[in-house]
Amino acid sequence: MNLFSAIGDFSSFFFRSIFIPWQLKHTRYRILRQVFEVGIGSLPIILIIAAFVGLVSIVQTSYQVAGTVPRYILGMTVGRMVMIELGPILTALMVSGRCASSMAAEIGTMRVTEQIDALEIMAINPHRFLSLPRIVGTFIALPVLTVIAELDALLVSGAYAHFFLDIPFGVFNYGLTHFFYAKDFFGGLVKSLFFAIVIATAGCYFGFNVRGGAREVGRAATYAVVTASILILTLDFLIALVIFG
Amino acid sequence: MIRVENLSKSFNSQVVLDDVSFCIDDGSLVVVLGPSGTGKSVLLKSILGLMSVDSGEVIFDGKSIQNATANELYEIRKQVGFVFQGTALFDSMNVAENIALPLREHTNLSSKDIRERVCHLLEVVGMEGKADLYPQSLSGGMKRLIAVARALALGPRYLFYDEPTTGLDPIMTDRVVALIKDLKKRYKNSGIVVTHDLSTAKAVGDQIYMLKKGKITKLTKIEKELYD
Repeated sequence: MNLFSAIGDFSSFFFRSIFIPWQLKHTRYRILRQVFEVGIGSLPIILIIAAFVGLVSIVQTSYQVAGTVPRYILGMTVGRMVMIELGPILTALMVSGRCASSMAAEIGTMRVTEQIDALEIMAINPHRFLSLPRIVGTFIALPVLTVIAELDALLVSGAYAHFFLDIPFGVFNYGLTHFFYAKDFFGGLVKSLFFAIVIATAGCYFGFNVRGGAREVGRAATYAVVTASILILTLDFLIALVIFG
Repeated sequence: MIRVENLSKSFNSQVVLDDVSFCIDDGSLVVVLGPSGTGKSVLLKSILGLMSVDSGEVIFDGKSIQNATANELYEIRKQVGFVFQGTALFDSMNVAENIALPLREHTNLSSKDIRERVCHLLEVVGMEGKADLYPQSLSGGMKRLIAVARALALGPRYLFYDEPTTGLDPIMTDRVVALIKDLKKRYKNSGIVVTHDLSTAKAVGDQIYMLKKGKITKLTKIEKELYD
């Protein structure tokens, strides 16, 4: 399969999963379940990762600029870096590793055990039943996770600056708020919306396309994460070009 | 009535179905007999449009499966209950949720009515009290019975069984065979049973067809006795 037909196949899978009657009466519970599965399920790991992102950001920024610029600049630099880039992308990569693989494995197992055929026989559209809730659920959960991750990273970096770099909260906060641009924050959120789509679509797409047995299910999980990660980085660049370029 | 007309299906150069034609009359249970790997499951899935065919047509109550739109296909499938060889029960749902799924999706029944219907179906298949168990904790035979209950949920006109007794012990085999006969008597369904087990075929079938090397032939009474 060449790259263009793979992209076409992937996109057509996404549109087939979304542009169908949603039948919210039946689907809303499954969407809600995915919001919890992706959102609440990923929260502990996201909080840990975001805390370390905050710490690394403040340490490295301080190393590069300390003594050459006013101290509040650290608040500005870390804040913009986290909101524009690190928050959205690291959250997406973590969720991709955790959720795209589990979606592919779960749906792939359903494929090899004929559970997807059973849905078809019961006249239940498997895209509505399986893909739609996962895509919509991730679309809702990921931006919320991103905001939480950004807050976490900024709080931790502010605390580190206060206790270890002798930069009071007020000074750090001045840099953070005085140079806050809505475009940075919302640009990051726009990214996370696109990332959510590719994470869930990759998980479902590779799960649906499993043919064979346990080995293929494992492969599908790997392909889902690899594809989602590459797409996240590609989209990150393209969206950065459009919004910040 | 279901008419299968000149159905052919190949995988690469291997011909699995070769000009297969037969008819399932209202109220009759047709058995397709044949050794493992002859394409019996492919035949069942082709009849329901789960697999595309190379040529031929399946007519469900006058409507062609091959020319049906996705929505028409779903409407046709609502009239069919299908018992998979591997049961295909949803392992993320318990027994009650498995049976209730088609009811929740296609009817406006209240939760109480659905619960009652599920209990009734469990009673029909002799699995009372198992509603809250998950498929992982059931034996192969019990799963098969639950799969039958799920297939019955919407009160289908047609019941399809894919190797309903394969892998079961003799006692469970007798139980499943008795259930298939009982359901036919009780609900007057038409249907198709594919199996490689001649005794099951003789016990449940009104007509028996033999599928071998892609070709299908109807067995006469004398041939059935000869197979004995």
